[in-house]
Amino acid sequence: MSDFAYFFTFQDSSIAFVVIGITLLGIGSAYVGTYSFLDKKALLGDAISHAVLPGICLGFMLAGEKNPLYIVTGAFLSGALATFLTSWLKSKTRLSDDAIIASILSIFFGFGVVLLTVIQKSGNPEMAGLNQFIFGNAIAILEEDLYLYGGLAILIIITLSLFRKEFNMLVFNPDFGSALGYPMTSIRLVFNVLMILSVVIGIQAIGVVLMAALLITPGAAARFWTNKLGPLLILAGTFSAISGIIGTYISFVIPQMPTGPWVVVSLSLLALISFLLAPKTGVLSRYLARRKYLKSTLRDHLLKFIFHAQEEGKGDLTIEEIYGSFSHKKQETRRAINNLKHSGLVTMNQNIINFTSAGKSEAKRIVRLHRLWELYLNEYMNIAPDHVHDSAEKLEHILTPELEELLESRLNYPKLDPHQEAIPRDNDEL
Amino acid sequence: MSFDQNAFLIIFTASLISISCGLLGVFMMLRKMSMTGDAISHAVLPGIVIGFFVSGSQRGLEVIIGAGILGIIATLIINWLKTKAKVQLDASIGITFTLLFAIGIILINLLAYKVDLDQECVLYGEIAYLPIDLWITDAGFSMGPRITYLAILNLLLVSTFIFLLYKELKLTSFDESFGMVIGLPAGAINLALMSMVSYTTVSSFEAVGAILVVALLVVPPATAFLWTKKLIPLIKLTCGLGIFISITGYYLAYLVDSSIAGMMVTVGGLLFLGSAFVQYVLPKLGVGTSLPVNPLER
Repeated sequence: MSDFAYFFTFQDSSIAFVVIGITLLGIGSAYVGTYSFLDKKALLGDAISHAVLPGICLGFMLAGEKNPLYIVTGAFLSGALATFLTSWLKSKTRLSDDAIIASILSIFFGFGVVLLTVIQKSGNPEMAGLNQFIFGNAIAILEEDLYLYGGLAILIIITLSLFRKEFNMLVFNPDFGSALGYPMTSIRLVFNVLMILSVVIGIQAIGVVLMAALLITPGAAARFWTNKLGPLLILAGTFSAISGIIGTYISFVIPQMPTGPWVVVSLSLLALISFLLAPKTGVLSRYLARRKYLKSTLRDHLLKFIFHAQEEGKGDLTIEEIYGSFSHKKQETRRAINNLKHSGLVTMNQNIINFTSAGKSEAKRIVRLHRLWELYLNEYMNIAPDHVHDSAEKLEHILTPELEELLESRLNYPKLDPHQEAIPRDNDEL
Repeated sequence: MSFDQNAFLIIFTASLISISCGLLGVFMMLRKMSMTGDAISHAVLPGIVIGFFVSGSQRGLEVIIGAGILGIIATLIINWLKTKAKVQLDASIGITFTLLFAIGIILINLLAYKVDLDQECVLYGEIAYLPIDLWITDAGFSMGPRITYLAILNLLLVSTFIFLLYKELKLTSFDESFGMVIGLPAGAINLALMSMVSYTTVSSFEAVGAILVVALLVVPPATAFLWTKKLIPLIKLTCGLGIFISITGYYLAYLVDSSIAGMMVTVGGLLFLGSAFVQYVLPKLGVGTSLPVNPLER
């Protein structure tokens, strides 16, 4: 617990630097990454982050030490070369996107490994620091690193905010943009530069292998909570900053733990929570909505079944007859009948089921909607009467009172549907 | 140059691994699943670590089982994210492999004192140790390098798999819907292919490293695809490239004293980029035919 207090009260200024650094770079890469996620180019970030390895090594070889400026420049240049090669191959060959990205990714990484072993064998004592670029160690961020990495992160955030309109166009409708006279090629170029920069600044803290997660996951998670771009970006940035701080804290408490993996694990946890629990689009709420829909369709079908029986003059229905007709889901049927009884739509007297007046008008409403829709399809869409049932079977559950009113007036309050069956209204008798 | 037994063993084993990876890689590429192969080779890491931990050695069957299970889990998670959670495919792949790989690294660090496995070795592998890692029988008789046997076994399994399911793989790779219409279990075939990829990743990761397996899965097929579009020549060319890469990569690595696996990938990369460039330049010089262009794309 004292670790916790020590870490989060920022008594140690170097911890403050690390936290500020990881927050800035997390927000920056989430910002760029969300755009590339919306552009459906999420894996390009993966390719770039593997591709910066040879650049880092070359920068290290040229500087002879872990000089951030050389390393950032080297990483940027090899990331840029990888991006250029990716788009060149895409336009000049018939290879699919994923084969191109996977090839570029592994070729650059392989070459990086070659350089890495060459450096290793040269016996440079600074070598130890280089490994941090592969798995990331946020704690190793020093004050002078922060000025460079943090400054670049701020540059990314400001550029994206200033040219939001242009980047929106790039992602959502580039053709429209060029039709309006925007220089889409240059905008794409600037965007690629920002993307490479965000990878470059993340590698020391997160590492080349896992940097892709910081680009892809925040946007994908945030997408579940909102449809609007502004909140989406803010949420993605927040997710990324929170998990950045959690990851840093863990590698502060357990020093042999690299930061990157923990950032990724906490980020994925946030994403998983989003996938499962987000309102409307989450797995859980879509499951519940589906169950509710299935329950209400069953209820509607039960009411319709009783109504049809009365329409055909069968008289009283026993509960067994109902079970017999819905035998494939007896359990649900029993529950649905109980629900109907509780909500006062049917009565049950010694196994004989009958409508209450409220139940009867509800059943009439469903049958009416069904038959109105059949008639509408037949008259307005010229669909043959024997082809309209299936559509009506779906629509009867979701037609609103307003639509019902519209159908009634369009069809001039009809009496019969295409199958010559009566369209029941509240005041007529069976 | 006199015959060097170690060099021969390394090149021979590397060729076997490249061929196994290439055979599977061709079908992965045709199914536009190269990135899934990448994802699986990252994602098997936790399985490898747990297998190491359980069996106490890197030779255990547990390692292979663990990695195989993780490979299948990764495929299932990607599928779940795509179909149930409705995350777009590229993001599903990215999220899944980064998470599983991160868990693997964390496990290595947690169990560091019990498991003789470090993260660098998992990433790069070291085929140079192959000649000294021998399979010694209980009687104390040396049977030769252990990894070579693994590679032979792997190639046998992969080629049997492809030989037996060739027609099915071909059909579902080129036209999955048609395959399903005529009653092929496309899902099961896919899962079987993914399992083979996981198994190949595991059995080769000690030699070439988990990440460089990706290169062997992707680069030779992609290079071959630049020269031919027919399946049989594609497979033959891929295997040929694998062998060429192994030989050249070994001697270049020997020359500059660096990672053999890394150099193999570098050679593969140069061949790939060189082929793309040649294919781009040839028509301009009036040699050969130009690339077929889909008129509808114009």
